[in-house]
Amino acid sequence: MDVTEILLPGVGVRYEFDTDAGVRMGVVAHRDGRFEFVRYGREDPDAALPLVLFSRDEADTVAEILGAPRITERFADLTREIPGLAAATVEVPRGSRYAGAPLGATRARTLTGASVVAIVRGDGVIASPVPGEVLLGGDALVVIGTDTAIDGVRRIVTS
Amino acid sequence: MGEVDGFLIELGLLLLLLGVLGTAARRVGLSPVPLFVLAGLFLGEGGIASVTATAPFVEATAEIGVLLLLLLLGLEFSAAEFTASMRRHVPSGVVDFALNAPPGFIAGLLLGFPWQACLALAGITWISSSGIVARLLSDLGRTGYRETPAVLSVLVLEDLAMAVFLPVLAVLLAGGTPGRAGVGAVVAVAVVIAMLVLVRRYGDHLGRLLHHEDDEQILLRVLGLTLVVGGLSYLLGASAAVGAFLVGLAIPGETARRAREVLTPLRDLFAAIFFLSFGLRVDPGAVWPALPAALALGVVTTGTKVATGWYAARRDGVGRRGRRRAGVTLIARGEFSILIAGLAITAGYDEIGPLASAYVLVVGVAGPILARGFGRRPARRDPVRPHRAAP
Repeated sequence: MDVTEILLPGVGVRYEFDTDAGVRMGVVAHRDGRFEFVRYGREDPDAALPLVLFSRDEADTVAEILGAPRITERFADLTREIPGLAAATVEVPRGSRYAGAPLGATRARTLTGASVVAIVRGDGVIASPVPGEVLLGGDALVVIGTDTAIDGVRRIVTS
Repeated sequence: MGEVDGFLIELGLLLLLLGVLGTAARRVGLSPVPLFVLAGLFLGEGGIASVTATAPFVEATAEIGVLLLLLLLGLEFSAAEFTASMRRHVPSGVVDFALNAPPGFIAGLLLGFPWQACLALAGITWISSSGIVARLLSDLGRTGYRETPAVLSVLVLEDLAMAVFLPVLAVLLAGGTPGRAGVGAVVAVAVVIAMLVLVRRYGDHLGRLLHHEDDEQILLRVLGLTLVVGGLSYLLGASAAVGAFLVGLAIPGETARRAREVLTPLRDLFAAIFFLSFGLRVDPGAVWPALPAALALGVVTTGTKVATGWYAARRDGVGRRGRRRAGVTLIARGEFSILIAGLAITAGYDEIGPLASAYVLVVGVAGPILARGFGRRPARRDPVRPHRAAP
């Protein structure tokens, strides 16, 4: 799919794309974390009809539902100096109740705010796992977040 | 009343008045800036009441207000956004200048102003109000519209152009020769370009120096740096405001975001006092006679701004309706025009005060009204229906 990215100075970024059903969609990513969904009209192709506005938290949840890890935003943050942000590996014990369950079932990000950015399994790595990715006992999760959030993830998967 | 209680009560009443005016303006969808100037007119010499106990404080505060206005403007846009706008919309910026500065200059000549004052007037009619326009775009839900990047780019380029225009104007107003002003212009352009390049390469270091977990630390560090740089650039004969703008420009991403959060309320307070103090310095009796000229100038420069927006939006391939919306959105002049007029008055060109006040009252009020009236959503809305899955 072709996504056009347009910089909105002082506001954020706008993404634009056509859906298969022939609707021209726009997503405005505001700098303050809000996401605005619009569609462009037929009569006036430049005017945007508002569809929905998500707060930062709502957008996070929607992203999780859609299974799209918000790589760009989270990793852009990483390169900046953020006091307190850490990365750690969390092992999924063989007896964990999430061994055999999809990653999304842990609701790790919703509950703690930390992100699982990769799963290390044996010699292989699953980068940017989708919530549907099934965890196995012995997997190691690469988690990014605050120390508290990472501890939270550890508590969840070892429970 | 004694000195202290008189001062506190007068300042408190002033702030309350500004608060009431601000609320009233927002309620009807206008910018408070023209109203603050109007309040100043009524409270100054020759007005209905006179500010006395707080006068020295208001003057000093107004200076800081100017610096904060420019600092926040610099913080608002990232260096990447400046360079992107420059790459795409320089012709729009040139058209903007070529259409909107001459009416001010010519009006000044017709009124018999000295040429330095004419130049200030050119700046006053040239610069749209970033504050009013940005607010309009968000109030009207226009951030997703296709012409919006063009509108924002014009604002960004005007702001950058100010970093060159203000020092040049400062030199000329202070009685410098055009030759010296030319040197000033070259230096200013070099400084701005050097800043943009340096920020891209070394901005993170400055960010790390200024960054701190504590809001208080960010406030003190950024504000302190701004005042020092502002004072130094004043010392060098440029306007202090430009120094503040460059500081804002130099502060990178995350630190800029935090600084914006911490400093915005402070900016609102100090800038409100600055607009008030501008009104205080103008003789209200002289504003009425200047009104016809201001109206005429307002009509002409409304037309030229609409043409500017039309041109900029067309460059982005926007349709007729969007082009008109872009033009109408850009009409409002505000904080920058007041700032330029303030510089001229400080340099002794008092004649510009009444015309500039009347002009900002006219365009600062008419701009948002026209923008709301013209860009209404199409009456027949495209219904938002769920679509069947594509075959």
